[in-house]
Amino acid sequence: MTFYSPVITNAAEVAGSEKLHLLRYVEDPDQHKVEKFEEHGGYRALKKVLGGMPPEKVIEEVRNSGLRGRGGAGFPAGVKWGFVPKDSPQPRYLCCNADESEPGTCKDRVIMERDPHAIIEGMAIAAYAIGCHLMFIYIRGEFGHCIERMEKATEEAYARGHLGRNIYDSGYDLDMIVHSGGGAYICGEETALLNSIEGERGMSRIRPPFPAIEGLYGCPTIVNNVETLSAVPHIINRGADWYKTMGTEKSTGSKIFSLSGHVNRPGNYEVELGFPLRHLIYDPAYGGGILGGRKLKGVIPGGSSTPFLTPEMIDVNLDYESLAEAGSMLGSGAVIVFNEDTCIVWAILKLIHFYRHESCGKCTPCREGTAWLEQIIRRIERGQGKPGDIEHIEEICDNILGRTVCPLGDAAVMPIQSAIKLWRDEWQYHVDNKKCLVKSEFALR
Amino acid sequence: MILTEESIARIREKAARYPIRKSAILPAITVAYRQVGYLSEEIYGEVSQIIGVPVVEVAEAATFYTMFPKQPVGKFLIQVCHNISCSLLGAESLISYLEEKLEIKKGETTPDGLFTLVTVECLGSCATAPVMQINQDYYENLTREKVDGILEELRSKS
Repeated sequence: MTFYSPVITNAAEVAGSEKLHLLRYVEDPDQHKVEKFEEHGGYRALKKVLGGMPPEKVIEEVRNSGLRGRGGAGFPAGVKWGFVPKDSPQPRYLCCNADESEPGTCKDRVIMERDPHAIIEGMAIAAYAIGCHLMFIYIRGEFGHCIERMEKATEEAYARGHLGRNIYDSGYDLDMIVHSGGGAYICGEETALLNSIEGERGMSRIRPPFPAIEGLYGCPTIVNNVETLSAVPHIINRGADWYKTMGTEKSTGSKIFSLSGHVNRPGNYEVELGFPLRHLIYDPAYGGGILGGRKLKGVIPGGSSTPFLTPEMIDVNLDYESLAEAGSMLGSGAVIVFNEDTCIVWAILKLIHFYRHESCGKCTPCREGTAWLEQIIRRIERGQGKPGDIEHIEEICDNILGRTVCPLGDAAVMPIQSAIKLWRDEWQYHVDNKKCLVKSEFALR
Repeated sequence: MILTEESIARIREKAARYPIRKSAILPAITVAYRQVGYLSEEIYGEVSQIIGVPVVEVAEAATFYTMFPKQPVGKFLIQVCHNISCSLLGAESLISYLEEKLEIKKGETTPDGLFTLVTVECLGSCATAPVMQINQDYYENLTREKVDGILEELRSKS
């Protein structure tokens, strides 16, 4: 048992690159300490900002960089910050979303464990930009070590004057709370996250009002993902124009992709947006091909909530617009690879069981719909499927999609709809023959 | 009181930082869970007194979050991820192997009170699958051999 996750990263490649930046120091065993972080240029961007950059200028710079939310929705961060009312007499809050729970996604954990000050610096810059004096990081409760790391880093940041009263003699005050969650996926949805911080059950709220207008404690609040905020200091230091030299026109910058499933080298890889999916899976520097030399069956490119791609569809680039064009989504950047031995019904059962378990129960289509879907899909998987079951699943999916309070309902049905569309024969075989076309028997090594 | 002086002090220290008292519910029950290993009506009552929030509000929030067991568990709570990335790399086989080794079914506790085996949703450790969490620690890239070693080590610790 080591403190660090043994996950593979491309930190060496990132360190040798002129541009990639998020994973640059994650293999340095001391990077989590404030002295080392400062030695590597840390807190320079916060000093620059507090040294006389007006908040509007900070927002403008981030908006111009094109940085989009890395948690899944892909909303432009600077635009979001701009929604906070300038004239509101209420306090404003910033919440860093570290409730990393989307199946396939394990990128924020690496940053929290190994480079926690990068998050604090990004948060502090965002807080300053929106006029916030108390910020939170909401970390999923299972990540005990990340919570300890973030708490320690927060203490260090206070001790070195990066947080607290009158930071760098700028007159700006900022406090930070590390808030641990209770292991609920739904709390990664921003309004559920806010309810959870308020001590309520983690149920989502109807939007509008959006959190930027009415969020935590009824006050203007910005919620951003760990990876999004970690990119901010680099944008401040090197400028929006530099950031835009990475990626594509509409998907600027770099992104960490969590690669998991049937590949030879699962890991966290930072690449420029627009990177070819095929390379991520097959290049020896990244995934290194399909595990055991088997054939590829399909890929989920952006976390378990995003539609599948078949082997014919993987010549696509990893950016928001290309994946949308291919019928899927970039999501959280969690690429899950399935080999030819995977029964699609079995795989979907794993996913729908998850969404049913994680539905907060607030709205009927999601609460009841996910339970019905699990029941029917489990029946098919067990060889007890009935004629009409597939059509029934499709009908339930249609009645969930776009009809729920928060995106969890959509997230639950999108992979199912795509799996039926792409492998309908296999579903039909399962129903007709009461068994799998391929048996998913994956032995423990 | 079930909660120790240390836990109470820790809860008070955390609670003092929030703008409203209710926000301390989750941090407080987390401290209680870390000390006791599970949550109960008694603990909701104690937390309610410490942070000054009605007990019903503590219970209401606590019962939403599945991370906190609501009844006693073994000294070592083994939580195996059975979500997709782990399943692709043998999570089902891992669960069977643990059931065989511990001579219990998932959801059960060994008669000596040492191990409780449960399955959980994604632990956010997908690129080091299969994974399990035992109390606060993650065990990743699991193999049969590693599982044998981990169980042996925990047994010797008890």
